[in-house]
Amino acid sequence: MTTTAPPERATGAPGAGDAYTAAQAAQDAGAAHGTRTLRVWRGAGGTGAFTEFTTDVVEGMVVLDAIHQIQAEQANDLAVRWNCKAGKCGSCSAEINGKPKLMCMTRLDELPTDAPITVEPMRAFPHVRDLVSDVSWNFRVKPQIRRFTPRPPDAPDGTWRMRQADVDRVQEFRQCIECFLCQDVCHVLRDHHKHETFAGPRYFVHAAALEMHPLDTADRIPELRQAQGIGYCNITKCCTSVCPEHIAITDNAIIPLKERVVDRFYDPVGRLVQLFRRKSPAH
Amino acid sequence: MSERVSTYAHEDYQTVDHDVLVIGAGGAGLRAAIEAAGDGVRVGLVCKSLLGKAHTVMAEGGVAAALANVDDRDSWRVHFADTMRGGQYVNNWRMVELHAREAPERVKELEAWGALFDRTVDGRILQRNFGGHRYPRLAHVGDRTGLEMIRTLQDHGVHAGIDVHMECTVLTLLTDGGRVSGAFGYDRERGRFRLFRAKAVVLATGGIGRAYKITSNSWEYTGDGHSLAYHAGAALQDMEFVQFHPTGMIWPPSVRGILVTEGVRGEGGVLRNSDGRRFMFDDIPENYRPQTADSEDEGWRYTQGDRNARRPPELLTRDHVARCIVREVREGRGSPHGGVFLDISWIKDRLPNAAEHIKRKLPSMYHQFRQLANIDITRQPMEIGPTTHYVMGGVRVDGDTQMSTVPGLFAAGECAAGLHGANRLGGNSLSDLLVFGKRAGEHAARFARTNGAVSIDGAQADAAARAALAPFERHDGAEQPYHLQETLQERMQELVGIVRTEREMREALGAIAELKARAAHVGVRGNREYNPGWHTALDLGHLLTVAEAITRSALERRESRGGHFREDFPEKDPAYADFNLVVRKGADGEMQLAREPIPPLPAELAAIIEEMTG
Ligand SMILES: Cc1cc2nc3c(=O)[nH]c(=O)nc-3n(C[C@H](O)[C@H](O)[C@H](O)COP(=O)(O)OP(=O)(O)OC[C@H]3O[C@@H](n4cnc5c(N)ncnc54)[C@H](O)[C@@H]3O)c2cc1C
Ligand code: SF4
Ligand code: SF4
Ligand code: FES
Repeated sequence: MTTTAPPERATGAPGAGDAYTAAQAAQDAGAAHGTRTLRVWRGAGGTGAFTEFTTDVVEGMVVLDAIHQIQAEQANDLAVRWNCKAGKCGSCSAEINGKPKLMCMTRLDELPTDAPITVEPMRAFPHVRDLVSDVSWNFRVKPQIRRFTPRPPDAPDGTWRMRQADVDRVQEFRQCIECFLCQDVCHVLRDHHKHETFAGPRYFVHAAALEMHPLDTADRIPELRQAQGIGYCNITKCCTSVCPEHIAITDNAIIPLKERVVDRFYDPVGRLVQLFRRKSPAH
Repeated sequence: MSERVSTYAHEDYQTVDHDVLVIGAGGAGLRAAIEAAGDGVRVGLVCKSLLGKAHTVMAEGGVAAALANVDDRDSWRVHFADTMRGGQYVNNWRMVELHAREAPERVKELEAWGALFDRTVDGRILQRNFGGHRYPRLAHVGDRTGLEMIRTLQDHGVHAGIDVHMECTVLTLLTDGGRVSGAFGYDRERGRFRLFRAKAVVLATGGIGRAYKITSNSWEYTGDGHSLAYHAGAALQDMEFVQFHPTGMIWPPSVRGILVTEGVRGEGGVLRNSDGRRFMFDDIPENYRPQTADSEDEGWRYTQGDRNARRPPELLTRDHVARCIVREVREGRGSPHGGVFLDISWIKDRLPNAAEHIKRKLPSMYHQFRQLANIDITRQPMEIGPTTHYVMGGVRVDGDTQMSTVPGLFAAGECAAGLHGANRLGGNSLSDLLVFGKRAGEHAARFARTNGAVSIDGAQADAAARAALAPFERHDGAEQPYHLQETLQERMQELVGIVRTEREMREALGAIAELKARAAHVGVRGNREYNPGWHTALDLGHLLTVAEAITRSALERRESRGGHFREDFPEKDPAYADFNLVVRKGADGEMQLAREPIPPLPAELAAIIEEMTG
């Protein structure tokens, strides 16, 4: 059994279904080749150690490509979570050379060549196996945030009118791909393990998206202060610095939410004003 | 609700009871689960990945719905006619009708659940141009519409009382006297088996793109739903119609296949060959000629919203554009890496703030090329080539209820067939998920309420468990799962790709048979916990089933139509317009092919087509 293309295919003769793949194969041969060494965390349930793998690389490869190649050629059971390989699903989060990143969006040629590349699972969550961590806690947090609650439709046909400018602000937050890298890096979770009392930056982004949604009428401020513990955040901006979607998590989501909390709970004048201005569902 | 049953090899299966089990948590599965849960039945939702990661998240360009917000000449009737013509009239016309009529309501409903679409100046949902749609019809959010859609459905769904089983893979469907009775699968984290008992099952497992080497599809697209349905006795139809999207990235090699949204062309991007020529003007099909621009200027005006201009030839249907690209490359006018050029940067000649405009309209494309290829699309052209993208074929379903030919088994979304016929128009998939996801959920819930309890045949589950564990017992001379998968992908790409011939497809059938035999000897290392090698070994069976169905159907269709192009039969043959090709598993276990007549179009719908194309 041969796995190579039949000869007429390689020469791109008439009848070759995909001449363009033949042209590409020729180009691949011309891509810059080399090898890289990766130190990959292997083990299960929290115990483990780094294993070194050396693999062939070509121009443009990302860390996830190298991991896949190792998986296919050297370690079939190497556990890694991914889905789209296009930076869109937020599944392939890991710590690469100590920094929380998406494996599919980190090119090998961005990383120093004089040392092996270390790849570890996200460390703020329980370890499952190899590069996979248990992120299920995140999925339990979201339902605790009060759901989207729209005002009645503006038009008789049951639709609403919104200005693009008002939508823009929220669209920034809705770019979140739920990679949980911000959760991984936030010291309140990572070092202080406040998972029971702190929702984390991802969910402040989510709450901000709801609070600033032009149609929403629900009030999430008391919960943000109490159950979701926004007060623990001391605006170090670590979350912002790792967000692959470049969401200004701290400046645009957390700080405005904190201001709303302060206005509501700590500022006597603000409190009075609130009495009159409280979001009314009837708007 | 959960019990343990001790069966095969003294292992406990975790048994879970639902009224409706939805397999797949993309747009179709989530929408179905929400609908069924709203009906008050107990709903379970299973998916191979984490929630919110399904393929739908990758959709970029938009969701097609005749809201007529940007051009009031649009209506469900135009959408109906466009979809029938795009599908070359072998579509299930009832589905096309329901889809065109109901898509606007489904999109508005999404807004009521929190989705934030881009806006028109008067504050309504903005719509953009896409190939094959006569008027701007795609509601969108920049180029991340799928993310908006899946997140909205996910966030709405988490409050709907649905039991979600994440990272759980269904291996087989269970039946009880001809009716579906549940599903058997395993959870990835522990590798433990799970047995789902359900009165109705909705398949929403997506597509098959991983059967090919160059694909825009995620790892999940191994045709599981197609194969699960087929082995449970359901009919599959139109499997020869595989869509190769004209614009995938081709360089560097590791990103080959990643999609470049049609939105680039919708916003004014043009295709050029190595001579700098806009080759799409060279070959405009007769039936599209009256609606296609005859000058570059007219095409540009169309993309900028001029109602009196006609669309540029870059926005012809995907099958046609893909073949034109293949032709340019074959005739030696390709780009350095074996594709052609897609250029949006040229609009700086027409727009003052072109770079900003491009970044705002196509943010993820800008990002994708910057990050992965060191290309700034506001200044340089992209190199692109066709990539396997979508399967029009799938589970044969009833147009109104989405029930397959197996009672109690429903299918929706990409794994169901009918809506798109021979070629899908961009944007019609996201609306498909909403319209038919809802219908599948509604009818599955009704079926569950009106039909009695089912019982589980433990022997079916045991057989599945035994087969699933067999690869762990093979050591010497075992086949390597990744190697077999790769070989299959290469063979399908070479032999059953964009341009097909009888000789090559016969060769493909031989290769598939041989790979099937080898797959029976596949061996895996390690243990059952989160073991991707094992998972790949289990996927192989599905991939092989789907590959065979595509190849057999494509051999039988001795003509060219839509996504299916035969070099040995390059013309459309009217004799092939009256039936769908259907495959079923025969009593002997072999795949059987049948021609099933398409019911005649009702006069009212025929009149719409007449009016729109006349
Ligand atoms: C890059 C890209 C861009 C696109 N852009 C557009 C666009 O702009 N407009 C448009 O209309 N369409 C677009 N499409 C097509 C569209 O995104 C898909 O057709 C659609 O999202 C499919 O949705 P689905 O609900 O059928 O399946 P998916 O969203 O793929 O969901 C499938 C689900 O099934 C689960 N599953 C599969 N097998 C099993 C199993 N064995 N056991 C358990 N669970 C299983 C998966 O885990 C997943 O949850 C695009 C596609 C791609 C790849
Ligand atoms: S800014 Fe706040 S949420 Fe973000 S990392 Fe720092 S403490 Fe955590
Ligand atoms: S806010 Fe950014 S870092 Fe956090 S989960 Fe979302 S995309 Fe990831
Ligand atoms: S695999 Fe989807 S973001 Fe990396």
